[in-house]
Amino acid sequence: MNDWLPILATTLAAATPLIFAGLGELVTERAGVLNLGVEGMMLIGAVSAFAVASSGGGLLLGTLAGIGAGMAASALFALLVLHCLANQMATGLALALFGVGLSAFIGRDYVSHVLDGVSGYTLLDGLPPLDPFIVGSLGLFALVQWFLYRSRGGLVLRAVGESPSTAHALGYPVRLIRWAAILFGGACSGLAGAYLATDYTPMWVEGLSAGRGWIALALVVFATWKPARLLAGAYLFGGVTILQFHGQALGLAVPSQFMSMLPYLATIVVLTLISRRGHAIRLNAPASLGQVWHPDS
Amino acid sequence: MFRLEARPAPSTLARWLAPLGALLLTLLLAAVLFAQLGQSPLHAFAVFFLRPLDGLYGIGEWLLKATPLMLCGLGLALGFRASVWNIGAEGQLTVGAIAAGGLAIHFDGSDSAWLLPAMAGAGVLGGMLWAAIPALLRTRWQTNEILTTLMLAYVAPLLLAWLVNGPWRDPAGFNFPQSIQFGESALLAPLLAGTRLTVAFPLALGLAVLCWLFLRHAYLGFQMNIAGQAPAAARYAGYSPARTVWVALLVGGGCAGLAGFAEVAGPLGQLLPSVSPGYGFAAIIVAFVGRLHPLGVVLASLLLSLLYLGGESAQMELGLPASITGLFQGALLFALLACDTLVHYRLRRSR
Repeated sequence: MNDWLPILATTLAAATPLIFAGLGELVTERAGVLNLGVEGMMLIGAVSAFAVASSGGGLLLGTLAGIGAGMAASALFALLVLHCLANQMATGLALALFGVGLSAFIGRDYVSHVLDGVSGYTLLDGLPPLDPFIVGSLGLFALVQWFLYRSRGGLVLRAVGESPSTAHALGYPVRLIRWAAILFGGACSGLAGAYLATDYTPMWVEGLSAGRGWIALALVVFATWKPARLLAGAYLFGGVTILQFHGQALGLAVPSQFMSMLPYLATIVVLTLISRRGHAIRLNAPASLGQVWHPDS
Repeated sequence: MFRLEARPAPSTLARWLAPLGALLLTLLLAAVLFAQLGQSPLHAFAVFFLRPLDGLYGIGEWLLKATPLMLCGLGLALGFRASVWNIGAEGQLTVGAIAAGGLAIHFDGSDSAWLLPAMAGAGVLGGMLWAAIPALLRTRWQTNEILTTLMLAYVAPLLLAWLVNGPWRDPAGFNFPQSIQFGESALLAPLLAGTRLTVAFPLALGLAVLCWLFLRHAYLGFQMNIAGQAPAAARYAGYSPARTVWVALLVGGGCAGLAGFAEVAGPLGQLLPSVSPGYGFAAIIVAFVGRLHPLGVVLASLLLSLLYLGGESAQMELGLPASITGLFQGALLFALLACDTLVHYRLRRSR
């Protein structure tokens, strides 16, 4: 039992940022908006959370700063995509590149500072202390699952993603709903960044998220836009990182660089496996995903 | 208030003015930022944009840094035209550098005149190989190339890190993670005395002309344009989508691989854990700012190269953080996308 606890803990911890960012992007994409800038929002959230937390703001304030910064970054995206009618793919790329630059700039004075990290709280004697972020990721999953499939708002959001013109004709405020979906995605990415910077690592280095934002994007496709499958996919990826951290203990004599490649290679393999089943993607992808929508057209 | 009204046809004038508008907006942001950091904006601008170009050496550095940006940007622009979103030029550049560097290490001590051309060929093939993986996955199983090219861009530097930490580490290098210094015959000689500029720069200009000819006069180039602008029309005309993907990715990968060769056989002269300060990613901005046109790419690569040099100069003279370059790069692309609104729409005052 005790041998398995660290492995379980590694899996849960590594999956958590992917769950946060993935759920946020899933909701954004369900509203028909493809935001490729997850990595950028995550980095901006991470550096903001770290800056606030390490300047004596405390963990809670730091996390809120991360969420706020992620939302601010996504607002820039929303402005360009929804009001300037810019190409979503190019704007998302711009956000990803901008986030790398901005986070390095903000974080220049914090490089390699270390935080204490979050101490978990014990639910039951004998169980390991639980990390509030890990618990929070499960709560967020439940919330998104309920919202998308059990609430009227979720139904409208999905309708906007499938056919914005129909939703518009029925009198729903398409632009407003997409604004909300994009901001929610930004908040979740910022939260994922805050978790990485204040709890998982917990320190700041340039490019801290190391591609997790892109992996989260791949997970949304892998999950065919369904929250439950996203959760499963995130734990699968968390499992891959076991090899990275416990590989030596398991007696694998492979250079560390090859171990570090695993999450990226796993993303490619998993994405290819799901893409082979093209109908699963075509049936489930929001019909208006990535398209510019203008009320007059 | 104002509202946007769709233009009957995209405005060509707005299309070419948008990059200038974006540059102005970025400079405005820069001025505010410089003032925030306690610098006089005018003085900071002089240090950022004029000081690096002081003298022959400075101009040489400017063109030297523009070379990989131009090479990667040309390949990417060709792909973007066909809606093939290769954003992993950084990885293809790295593998090109590994392939070229591997030859230089293996044939160290040889003074054959064929070594350099062979290294260039290896660089191109290395980049193509790295881009062939996403091409295969996309054409066979419809795997999204945005994510695969990017994932491979994270893998390539790890491969390089392993090589310079392990099998290719310089035995006499005090355990530093770097390869041996390449021999004379594996290095590109400076083109002009007093600069580090190599033949790679005129080569990149030549490639720009080739790209222009290809897009303008080759049937395949025409097909790729159509595939990007009107995929349904391209399918109806019977143009092979798979061929479009393969050509776009192989050309993009080959150009990036050539840039990797030019870096290791030029300014670097050996394999290091990092062979590029993000040229492959900056090249995405080069391609967009250059309006996916070869001439535009040449001009945009000169601009982005100046941003790199300006960042270094501002760091040395004003003590500003070097990361300011990345910030300006991102801001430039954002501003461009905002200005691009006016290509397809015009502002109308609404009553």
